[in-house]
Amino acid sequence: MNNIWLILIATILVNNFVFSYFLGICPFLGVSGKASSAIGMGFAATFVMTMTAFVTWLINRYILIPYNLEFLETVSFILVIASLVQFVEMFLKKVIPSLYKALGIFLPLITTNCIVLGLALLGSMRNYNLLENVVFGFGAGIGFTLALTIMAGIREEIEFADVPEPLKGGGITLIIAGLLALAFMGFSGMLGGG
Amino acid sequence: MGVITISLLTMGGIGLLFAIILLLAYKKLAVEEDPRIKEIEALLPGANCGACGYPGCAAYAEAIVLEGVPFNKCAPGGAEVVEKIAKVLGVEGVEVGERKVAQVMCQGTDEAALDRAIYHGINSCRAAHFTLGGDKECYWGCLGFGDCVLACPFDAIHMTDKGIPLVDRDKCTGCGLCVEACPRDIIELVPISQKVFVLCKNEDRGANARKYCDYACIACRLCVRNAPQGSMEMKNNLAIILDHKQVDGEAEKVIAKCPTKSILKLVDDEGEFHLPPALEGAKIVPTLKR
Repeated sequence: MNNIWLILIATILVNNFVFSYFLGICPFLGVSGKASSAIGMGFAATFVMTMTAFVTWLINRYILIPYNLEFLETVSFILVIASLVQFVEMFLKKVIPSLYKALGIFLPLITTNCIVLGLALLGSMRNYNLLENVVFGFGAGIGFTLALTIMAGIREEIEFADVPEPLKGGGITLIIAGLLALAFMGFSGMLGGG
Repeated sequence: MGVITISLLTMGGIGLLFAIILLLAYKKLAVEEDPRIKEIEALLPGANCGACGYPGCAAYAEAIVLEGVPFNKCAPGGAEVVEKIAKVLGVEGVEVGERKVAQVMCQGTDEAALDRAIYHGINSCRAAHFTLGGDKECYWGCLGFGDCVLACPFDAIHMTDKGIPLVDRDKCTGCGLCVEACPRDIIELVPISQKVFVLCKNEDRGANARKYCDYACIACRLCVRNAPQGSMEMKNNLAIILDHKQVDGEAEKVIAKCPTKSILKLVDDEGEFHLPPALEGAKIVPTLKR
């Protein structure tokens, strides 16, 4: 049980996928304009990532490893992710149309996003068991949501700030992202030199 | 069984499994959409140019049906598409604006306009414009790197060997992407029937402008004086056409006295487009994708 908590805390804070692995930067910069859509995007990604971690672990353990097909990892994981995102998209369109609309183009973008594939590949590299892998995926999603929400909160405030003309828009956003990444570096070492 | 067979079977199997799951989900989670959305989307040109103000044709089709926004905003589709959409929606008698095309309002070719520097930076008008205003002496003139050419999804604007782009009026749909791409606001959307144009954006004093460009508007007011009352004005040392119909009516009189040939009748009475003198004999050259 201790191990599970460790993985969760580690993926959310210490090895935050956005701030320390620099994965998923596109939605991080794209959807962080408004807190509401940031949270929506974060949870959609968390859902996809948790499911991905679950399904890819099964495929890896019961299909790829027994037949010595580890070289198919990337391809099959992409297939899984693409199908899952399609599924989530249909699900959202039916159940929460407003969220579906708010996410817009970014939902299909999860398909091709490195954060999900990165999660699947990192997970298979680490030899987790099923529960650990799912927690790893969930933690990564929550970490992503956290990053997105913090960013959205700051960006909403920045709207009212007097930003120098050349830095408006993209420039100031990247500076904030860099500062946040620096701040998250403070967590490293929290879990015994992690 | 060889590795290849196993891999093929595995990937095929996984693919099939997900295909079945998605198919089931598609059946179960199907959302009933207004069928007119798909119909209108099919009618729209599919260029996704954004001239209507929506992210793409699909988004615009949805807005037409669900939010009831006006459906005559599709510039590339023009009157034809508007009529078809009207049929789908069961609406009649919709007014369609006149077709508009892009016009480059500058004659500052490499021969006609002087440079004040040699520019070695990024091969883009926008970059050059931000680098101390680019290499041209004229701060308002066309820089000729072809941002507009690259912006056009319809292959309707091309760079010429004289350094000024030329609009292909037959292909131009009036979507306005080149207008946005130009950092100096030189390109304007004009009604296809407009005949007389002031092909200059220079706001410098005439004495200065004439020094660095053969075709600059030098603010002599001769055209304004000869134009019908109130149809033209002089603003920031630049002649501006306020009412093109009135000016077109007196075209010959208005353009006759212009000492720099910066106000011109480009479209004759038969509706034929003629090249401005600065671009005569210009050849189209490719603009490399950056």
